[in-house]
Amino acid sequence: MTDRVVNAVVGSASRGVPMSALARYGVWVVAAAVLAVLPFVFGSGLALTVMSLMGIAVIFSLSYNILLGQTGLLSFGHAVYYGFGGYLAVHAMKAIVANGLPVPLPVIPLVGGLAGLFFAALFGWVSTKRSGTAFAMISLGLAELIGSSALILRGFFGGEEGITADRTKLLRILDWSFGPQVQVYYLIAVWCLLCAILMYAVTRTPLGRMCNAVRDNPERVQFVGYDPRMVRFLAFCLSGLFAGVAGALAAINFEIANSALFGAVQSGTVLLATFMGGAGFFFGPVLGAVLVVYLQLMLSDLTGIWQLYFGLLFIAMVMFAPSGLAGLIMMHRPLWRARALHRMVPAYFVALVPLLVMLAGAALMIEMFHHLMVKAVEGPAMKFMYIPLHANAVGPWLVGLLMAGGGFLLFHRSFRVVAAAWNRTGVADAAGGRP
Amino acid sequence: MLELLIVSTLNGVLFGMLLFLMASGLTLIFSMMGVLNFAHASFYMLGAFFGFQISRWVGFWPALVVGPVLVGAIGAVVERFGLRNVHRHGHVPELLFTFGLAFVIEEVVQMIWGKSPVDFRVPEVLDFPAFTIFATNYPAYKLFMLLISIGIFVALFAVLTKTRIGLIVQASLTHPNMVAHLGHNVPLVFMLVFGLGSALAAIAGVIAGPALVTQSNMAALLGPILFVVVVVGGLGSLSGAFVASLLIGLLQTFAVSVNVSLADVFAVFGFTPGPDSMLDDLWRVTVAQIAPILPYLLLVLVLILKPSGLMGTRET
Amino acid sequence: MNAPAIELRGVRKSFGATEVIRGVDLAVAAGERHAVIGPNGAGKSTLFNLVSGLLAPSSGSILLKGDDVTGLPPQLINRRGLSRSFQVTNIFHRMSVWENVRCGLLWAGGQRYSFWRSVDNLSEINARTERVLADFNLLERRDVAAGVLTYAEQRALEIAITIAGGADVILLDEPTAGMSRHETDRAVELIRRISEGRTLIIVEHDMSVVFGLADRISVLVYGEIVASGTPQEIRNSARVKEAYLGQEAH
Repeated sequence: MTDRVVNAVVGSASRGVPMSALARYGVWVVAAAVLAVLPFVFGSGLALTVMSLMGIAVIFSLSYNILLGQTGLLSFGHAVYYGFGGYLAVHAMKAIVANGLPVPLPVIPLVGGLAGLFFAALFGWVSTKRSGTAFAMISLGLAELIGSSALILRGFFGGEEGITADRTKLLRILDWSFGPQVQVYYLIAVWCLLCAILMYAVTRTPLGRMCNAVRDNPERVQFVGYDPRMVRFLAFCLSGLFAGVAGALAAINFEIANSALFGAVQSGTVLLATFMGGAGFFFGPVLGAVLVVYLQLMLSDLTGIWQLYFGLLFIAMVMFAPSGLAGLIMMHRPLWRARALHRMVPAYFVALVPLLVMLAGAALMIEMFHHLMVKAVEGPAMKFMYIPLHANAVGPWLVGLLMAGGGFLLFHRSFRVVAAAWNRTGVADAAGGRP
Repeated sequence: MLELLIVSTLNGVLFGMLLFLMASGLTLIFSMMGVLNFAHASFYMLGAFFGFQISRWVGFWPALVVGPVLVGAIGAVVERFGLRNVHRHGHVPELLFTFGLAFVIEEVVQMIWGKSPVDFRVPEVLDFPAFTIFATNYPAYKLFMLLISIGIFVALFAVLTKTRIGLIVQASLTHPNMVAHLGHNVPLVFMLVFGLGSALAAIAGVIAGPALVTQSNMAALLGPILFVVVVVGGLGSLSGAFVASLLIGLLQTFAVSVNVSLADVFAVFGFTPGPDSMLDDLWRVTVAQIAPILPYLLLVLVLILKPSGLMGTRET
Repeated sequence: MNAPAIELRGVRKSFGATEVIRGVDLAVAAGERHAVIGPNGAGKSTLFNLVSGLLAPSSGSILLKGDDVTGLPPQLINRRGLSRSFQVTNIFHRMSVWENVRCGLLWAGGQRYSFWRSVDNLSEINARTERVLADFNLLERRDVAAGVLTYAEQRALEIAITIAGGADVILLDEPTAGMSRHETDRAVELIRRISEGRTLIIVEHDMSVVFGLADRISVLVYGEIVASGTPQEIRNSARVKEAYLGQEAH
């Protein structure tokens, strides 16, 4: 960690004085208002589906960040608790419908949360004995164990096709059937806000503070009276609880729970989202979750190899912006405070243009290569950004190479411009320029 | 019965040795650099696909040499231009970097060779039964795999115990700060160790390719088992990795041939579980069916009994 | 009658074949300022690691205020009122100075693993955090990440965390290591003040610090205590001169 990152991290951390009521609750009131109004702005079926998925992803990523960002535990198997939340929610819905119990749908996520909590306590007891790399590998092993077992124990998990439930058949309140997507959206939105508030509140408790301490220095924690293993275990349980809520909401949204809920893809995605958003900040995973859901939908429309771009973007962020989007934003806070942010705009523009040229060149070559390898039967004719070209012609390759190479050189030189602009702003903390 | 025992033992040792080919590189890299290379199984996969492609062009034997060399070079490049830059951010970003790398390698392999298995055949010279035990023909190719992996094991052992660098590497397994005694060329040694580890995984890939299935998901399938091996053996312990490799190799091979379920066991004592329970499958599933999850059960068991692994001494 | 604050009975510790602590008997009375001195490699830090629970002794027993704490993990020993600092600064780098000190207070303040109370509302704990920061001249730096403090500030923070919880037995491992003369003088003054009414055990190389601060001194050489007594006795002990002070003087 460079000093600059450290500074940024603490910038977001607490100060000793209690904040004013407005500063404390204002953010949540605004968030609630935004969530309430969104369906009126984006009312299409697609938009509602996307926003529902984003809400679920936000809860899931925030729960993941209790481990990664707050306690310093890297898990490759967080989907296990998401999956159990989903399965138990579907089983609960089926049981409620079958027995005609007077339980409304909105409490189902609680079942999922309890399921997540229970299994997190069970597996966490084993896995939080270790930290660091060993913990990461154990989480991976446990995920494999559960994922494979789900396919073997067909009675409970329903095999390949999973189990389904009808969310509209439960007790109705105020005549909400939860058939229309907009009603599901509001259900998710309310739970999302509630979970976010609770998870934020936990960071402000003694346990939440000790999680940070365990992340920074587990040895020293022992000498202030805490058992780091116990702190890890409790963090793990809380994280499982909220992951279970997210899984239950996913099950309600899709009306199905199948073994994909447990999958490595699910575990990997939440890791990517949290890291890219910025694990060092509470709001980082929120950004990450929204971004990743959006990119998944947008990129998968644009190109067949969106996952490759996704992976490359992730590697680039690990290498050049390890504190994530939130980190990049918070880096500018001193500038914002000093009212000097606008002075960076020209320098960023100088850097952005060659960056985009470089990326376009690289993407052009990747797409042409992809076309030649995978779509060879269609012949060499293809389109890149609406421009028709032949993937086997020399011209486009030369253009791609020139754009990528030239863009890279110019981008590299633009660092100096950016650094100089930073220095000119005169904000001490911001010295050092971009990563 | 005896036939089964011998064949399963041979296969189990073979699978175990293949695992160790990978686990040894992984352990060396981890011990010296502190990074658990998540993409290690991806280098194994690259080995298999490079082996396949080069065999097509110039034959299996050149592929056995050129494939691992190429993969080793890729590993060295990854260390030099990727990992080394991430190092200053700490171990978690390093692990994440290799995680992203595994993701990208799988996508690239899919792009070039597609998602379905490629037709990577056993070279004709070795396509005959080596010997016959009772009714089973044991293929010569499997014997060849066994010999190669034992050969590399011996070579590795010799390097580690007989050369100066080997001794320092060995010392660094237990005393991580010993790495400093390598002199001022530490970055170069890191690059070489990372390249060598990748090449070892690639050798496993080239020789396993024709015998197993060469497919773009092979890294994702084998990776988790590999990590189980190093955790069960004890992170950073070469001998632990060796024992755990053989243990898991044998465990999985033998389990596949055991068709007994819990229900059968209880039936011996005259007890039959009631039908229709949701967890009914728990009773009826056979050991053979759960063979794929046995390594993970072993992981949980070892963690409960000895959290640091069979021969592990390091905490993290 | 009062049991000693700390008592070691025949404590031994081996790493493999090497015995680093070779049968140490030591009693430190409650309220005493006790210094442990000795040449490098004598086992001073190991002794602290044994007493504070980081390491378990190979044999022998350790008593804290009369209770056997041999082999207990560090957090349990800490909860019984023993707190220690480290020779190599051991703080929470990414947390603010304020958070660092408060971490030292939470358990002692009865918070345990609570995740239902907001730390902002713990007025008693926050007030004490503020007092400790003021004592250590760190109040101005309260919102800075501990990792970016100057070396001397980090050393001060190290001790602040150690004493924040109000433990009555304090172990300080080379608190003035690497400090300038001026910083050392201030640190000694501070340590004298904070150890008022508590038991202090200090490992220190700087003899002016040791003789200025300690009520009693023990000399540890190759894992054995060769002398124990008042500063005057230690100064005059021929055995100490031969084993330790003599070496340093030449």
